[in-house]
Amino acid sequence: MKFIDEYRDPAAARRFAQAIRRTITRPWTIMEVCGGQTHAIVRFGVDELLPEEVTLVHGPGCPVCVTPVELIEKALEIAALPGVVFCSFGDMLRVPGIERDLLSVKAQGGDVRIVYSPLDALRIARETPERQVVFFAVGFETTAPANAMAVVQASRQGAANFSLLVAHVLVPPAMEAILSAPANQVRGFLAAGHVCAVMGYTEYEPIARKYKVPIVVTGFEPLDILQGVYMTVRQLEEGRAEVENQYTRAVTRAGNREAQKRIGEVFEVVPRKWRGVGEIPASGLGLRPEYAAFDAERRFGVAQRVVEESTVCISGSILRGNRKPHQCPAFGTACTPEHPLGATMVSTEGACAAYYRYRRVRPQDAPPPGLETKR
Amino acid sequence: MCLAVPGKIVSIEGDDPVLRCGRVDFSGVVKQINLAYVPEAKVGDYVLVHVGFAINTIDEEEAHQVFAYLRQMEELAGVEDDGPQ
Repeated sequence: MKFIDEYRDPAAARRFAQAIRRTITRPWTIMEVCGGQTHAIVRFGVDELLPEEVTLVHGPGCPVCVTPVELIEKALEIAALPGVVFCSFGDMLRVPGIERDLLSVKAQGGDVRIVYSPLDALRIARETPERQVVFFAVGFETTAPANAMAVVQASRQGAANFSLLVAHVLVPPAMEAILSAPANQVRGFLAAGHVCAVMGYTEYEPIARKYKVPIVVTGFEPLDILQGVYMTVRQLEEGRAEVENQYTRAVTRAGNREAQKRIGEVFEVVPRKWRGVGEIPASGLGLRPEYAAFDAERRFGVAQRVVEESTVCISGSILRGNRKPHQCPAFGTACTPEHPLGATMVSTEGACAAYYRYRRVRPQDAPPPGLETKR
Repeated sequence: MCLAVPGKIVSIEGDDPVLRCGRVDFSGVVKQINLAYVPEAKVGDYVLVHVGFAINTIDEEEAHQVFAYLRQMEELAGVEDDGPQ
């Protein structure tokens, strides 16, 4: 496929790895922010090409993984109501709440449907005016323009039976939370390319300056990631802390202004809880008062629900880059993609699921590679 | 989740800023995609598509940048080119 295959060339990948080897003189810990990058790194073994001085840690950029139990519980409550069609991206269906997940609500008769786009949910609302159609709006800045557009179209069409359960999160506040934590080891970031395709990268410039940390906007294919690592290592070795753009074919400094305008029209910045991390100020998007009629939390009276997290899962420290999946005692034993304890084992972009699917290192009692259930 | 796939625009319908959409070809699989956020995109352009929306056009000139960067980096380091890519 054009714009994909050429960035998977193994010979060029080895040349980038050699360039990193020539440049590096001491150990550096670099975080890739986006779960899509984590998936590509583990799938293609990008980390295994790198010299041992580079430690890649996996960041919080998996919306499924960071959606708090509280919002999952609200989703479960709404989805179980008679007369509701609950629409979601497929990844969310197996994320465990306290005792159940959306899939079990569906098994018990709830009308839970997997959709590809929020516009599919809006179409269902048009076609079934007698039902309340709710879309579970999870995602980072990449997904916000799509969800904003669904609200704008719903508003124009007067779709009174359509609403969003909004779980939107923002990347820069999460990066600042990681950088200001006392245990932080991260010295450089690969910023999430598709988030920046929408938002541009001016909001990362003050972060690079304040925390003296290089930030390289990076794509998702193996050569993109290797170039991103090279650019980060080079900055670290030269003592620079700037925002650079590796993903120039898709990202400009200003980003997509049309999309930003639409996000600003529909959403406002709100505090948001992150699963395993806690509340981060100004780290999420919620509907503006003008669009409050489309807020599922209000419509179904679940806005005030507070749920505390309690789980043996260490996903919080994994999402902050303090630990790796195989360092969890439950990894591959009590916690597998079939029976996940935490969201990082559910989503294909979660670090735990990526390690489980692609890593050669496994706990002894887990099935050997190739024998696990195919997805 | 932030997965976005490159595809080629084969047709465009409508000029309403909210409803502008078109057919986009992903190596043989053609889907209806909302093009409201890429008002500059024309038939034949490649766009990055995420959950049914084009979030940006792909800059074809910049697409070679990764390879140009690699060559330039190796020239600076005095590394011999090990053949065509």
